[in-house]
Amino acid sequence: MADKPKVAFYWCASCGGCEEAVVDLAEDILKVVEAVDIALWPVALDFKLKDVQAWEPGEVTVAFINGAVRLSEQEKWVKLLREKCPLVVAFGSCSHLGGIPGLANDKTRQQILANKYLRAPTVDNPNGTLPQPETEIDGYELELPVFYKRANALDQVIDVDYYLPGCAPPPDLIMGAVQAILKGELPPKGSVLAPEKSLCDSCPRKDSKPDKLSIEKFKRLATSIPDPEECFLAQGYLCMGPATRSGCGERCINGNMPCRGCFGPPPGTLDQGAKMLSTICSVGEAETAEAAAAYADSLDDPLGTFYRFSLPVSVLGHSRRKEE
Amino acid sequence: MISLTIDGKTVEVEEGSTILQAAEKAGIQIPTLCYHKAVLPYGACRLCLVELKWSDGTSSIQASCTYPAQEGLVVETASERVLKTRKVMMELLLARCPNVKKVREMAAEMGVKETRFPKKDEDCILCGLCARVCNERMGPGAVNFANRGTEKTVSTPYDRQSPVCMACGACQLVCPVDCVDLSKITPHTLRPIPSEFDEGLGTRPSIYTPFAQAVPNVPVIDSTTCLRLQAGTCGACEAICDANAIVFDQEDTIQELDVGTVIVATGFELFDAGRIARYGYGRLKNVLNSLEFERLSHASGPTGGEILTAEGKPPKSVAIIHCVGSRDENYQEYCSRVCCMYSLKFAHLVKEKTGAEVYNFYIDMRTPGKGYEEFYRRLLHEGVHFIRGKAAEVTDVAESAEEEGKLVVVGEDTLLGTTRRVPVDMVVLSAALTPTKDVDDIARTFSLSCAQGNFFLERHPKLAPVEAASDGLFLAGACQGPKDIPDSVAQGAAAAACALSLMDKGVVVLAPITAEIDPDLCSGCKMCIASCPYEAIEFDEEKGVSVVQEELCKGCGTCVATCPSGVAKQKGFEDVQVFAEMEGMLT
Amino acid sequence: MAEGQFEPRIVGFLCQWCSYTGADLAGTSRTEYPPNVTSIRVMCSGRVDPTFVIKALAEGADGVLIAGCHPGDCHYQVGNYKAMRRYPMLLNLLDQFGIERERVRLEWVSASEGNLFAEVVKEFTETVRALGPLNWDAKAPAEVVAG
Repeated sequence: MADKPKVAFYWCASCGGCEEAVVDLAEDILKVVEAVDIALWPVALDFKLKDVQAWEPGEVTVAFINGAVRLSEQEKWVKLLREKCPLVVAFGSCSHLGGIPGLANDKTRQQILANKYLRAPTVDNPNGTLPQPETEIDGYELELPVFYKRANALDQVIDVDYYLPGCAPPPDLIMGAVQAILKGELPPKGSVLAPEKSLCDSCPRKDSKPDKLSIEKFKRLATSIPDPEECFLAQGYLCMGPATRSGCGERCINGNMPCRGCFGPPPGTLDQGAKMLSTICSVGEAETAEAAAAYADSLDDPLGTFYRFSLPVSVLGHSRRKEE
Repeated sequence: MISLTIDGKTVEVEEGSTILQAAEKAGIQIPTLCYHKAVLPYGACRLCLVELKWSDGTSSIQASCTYPAQEGLVVETASERVLKTRKVMMELLLARCPNVKKVREMAAEMGVKETRFPKKDEDCILCGLCARVCNERMGPGAVNFANRGTEKTVSTPYDRQSPVCMACGACQLVCPVDCVDLSKITPHTLRPIPSEFDEGLGTRPSIYTPFAQAVPNVPVIDSTTCLRLQAGTCGACEAICDANAIVFDQEDTIQELDVGTVIVATGFELFDAGRIARYGYGRLKNVLNSLEFERLSHASGPTGGEILTAEGKPPKSVAIIHCVGSRDENYQEYCSRVCCMYSLKFAHLVKEKTGAEVYNFYIDMRTPGKGYEEFYRRLLHEGVHFIRGKAAEVTDVAESAEEEGKLVVVGEDTLLGTTRRVPVDMVVLSAALTPTKDVDDIARTFSLSCAQGNFFLERHPKLAPVEAASDGLFLAGACQGPKDIPDSVAQGAAAAACALSLMDKGVVVLAPITAEIDPDLCSGCKMCIASCPYEAIEFDEEKGVSVVQEELCKGCGTCVATCPSGVAKQKGFEDVQVFAEMEGMLT
Repeated sequence: MAEGQFEPRIVGFLCQWCSYTGADLAGTSRTEYPPNVTSIRVMCSGRVDPTFVIKALAEGADGVLIAGCHPGDCHYQVGNYKAMRRYPMLLNLLDQFGIERERVRLEWVSASEGNLFAEVVKEFTETVRALGPLNWDAKAPAEVVAG
């Protein structure tokens, strides 16, 4: 047993989908289990904090950490795993980029807590009680993790060796990463374990894209069904493909849904959202300021659309104004 | 070929030629009246008589227009006998038509002052040219000889308007004495072809040289009115042309040329003065725009340079209104630059040719240029009236006896501080210079921008006035802005020089700020292609990537900002360079 | 400049052919205007990536000015239309970040409009001054904050 390398899975602010992704390996999971021992997997196995604290450094080869880091608890765990494991892989969009939880970064903590505990229609909280990190009740000292100012991607808290992108990462990408680790055939540290070109490169609808694309008006998925073969942008549906790394196997495209950008930006792009905004506006048809404003206003939520997965790592998305 | 001697000169002509044709070839003039190249010779007038000298010493008098040239013939065209006989023929003509101008002129030329024969008073000399041309060349045969002997005339059947006459006017054209009244021959309304160059003030035939400076300077045939092309008749021009240069079956051809430089010199159009209804252009007679007046006053124009009203008389007073459509926030805001000078020229011409009173209604007198201010002063001395004020209207409604039958120009005289009503015989509207109607199409074809007034935009108003923004494209003349002839010529020379220097270099110099796309990172999303203003980016189908054509790239960087993968870069303006500048500014 | 008064720092992106030349003209005409705008020259306003704007704001700028040729007069035909199309959506995005849209301005200044450039800078500087410093804390790490 000592011969099989050990791996750890941990989850921070996440939905559990990345755990599902591991399970989705289906038959391949047997290959994984054959090859490695799982030393930590909170969703499935009952290892405790003290077990992890007792690991020898290097005993567990790699930690796959998913989820954004928003709580002091999560910070503590990821720092511990970093200390113990020679390799840390940010697993999934939330740890790679901040992910869906990262969308909260355009609100202040006060706003979030108020929404949840004070203002929600189903909340009955006449005293305005809010969760506190330390509370004394009946002589007992209770601790809650601290809720940080903003959601963070994993590499904003610890040093990360590799990134497995995707919400969730596709099974073949996971298998590839595991095998590469086992064989010791890894690219340079800091790499994202997916191709470098954006999604359009491998998109099955690439041929239907006209050379001179232009978008007159946005079409909404809520009110129309896209043609199953034509490029989404050419039809007027907002597809994040041009600003998103490829490697996902176009599962969404093949399901007749435009890309939402979960693999994050290709290398060379500082800010996925700003680039997508630039490109989607450049191919608009407005010839006057009024028409340009109408085009802009017809997209309800540019922040949520363009930064759906990448807000915490974006230029403006991981901090706020000083007075907050 | 036949060789014969005329007046001592030997001349060779083709078999079938007449003596008259041989004389023409030898450069010898023989008077004729009933001869015309477009129809067969008839021998009616008998003026072309010549003396044939036979080898046996005798001689005969024959009509040279019908007598065939023969080998060895000896002809005298001005011998004593010929001249005497010709004079008698002239007397006969003079007797029939003593009051016809042409006959009297020819008689005087020949020295015939009186006729011994009893006089009639006919207009027509019975040369038959009208009948011959109508039957032989045009076809309908609406006009013919009628009656015989002393009753012989030329007329239509039953002396009525002929239904077969096609109103071509050939009979009137060939008549040597101008006695054809078309209204007696045809029931149709005559529609003369207006001359485009003369702004419709004059007419032109179907075959015409557009204007004296036309390039190429050869006649063209208007296929919409040419009888040969429309009705299969006439073809007189082809018969007359000695150079055999008339080709009726020419078709339009479209030529494609591959060029690297283009000079756009598409000129200007005159503002339609009819848009300012209160000036009466197009409604009142004797209101002309500047181009029309230019043709009227020009020696090569429809009146030979005589300034005449629509009634055919010289005007006694003329008003010239400046700034029609220029310097006007309702039409063109700009000054058209040339109108003050040409308006002054018109004033001077009117004064010189007719001595009429001239009133120039102006706002400011703009006379920059060599000798221009001096010319203005000269006109002040010539007694031209200058009224400073924009003319309000031109009306034919008289408010006093002296305004009856005249055009009245109503305007404010700002120097006198009063409104004036000036009755004149003719009004000239100095209309604005505007871009041509097709300026938007031209701009789109060549990717030119249009700026103030919708004229083409030069690359730099001071430093590059004849270059357009795009390389290889040049501007010259009024299409770039209103200007006069010296400035247009200067611009034309400058544009040609720029074009030549570009071509001479042999290499194209590119600014090193072009965009480039890394094919290893490009996903072929084509967003850059959609945003390039110059279509300088191509899609490589094989590799599935977008490629910048460097020689077409102008270095604007739009594709770089558009590229959603950050793969397109602009040399000299890369993101990292901009970020470094920002860092320098903000820290 | 009054003592202690907030001096806004504004990054300007000026296109070479029109607005940069217009700014030059303001200079050679000795027109007075506040020094709060530092200019970055680009060939065309179409080169201005929204990333530039947000990076400037994140790194200490209180305002950003983008100036290009008037629509229809772009030296590169239609580059400025791309800038025009990106601008309102960028402002909507800034709204969502809680950044006042008045901090980013798109103006059309031609090569002959030196006075206009000076006016724009004067007026925009006062607008940003009234809004106060942006104080975007780009370098702050995720912090533990009690409560």
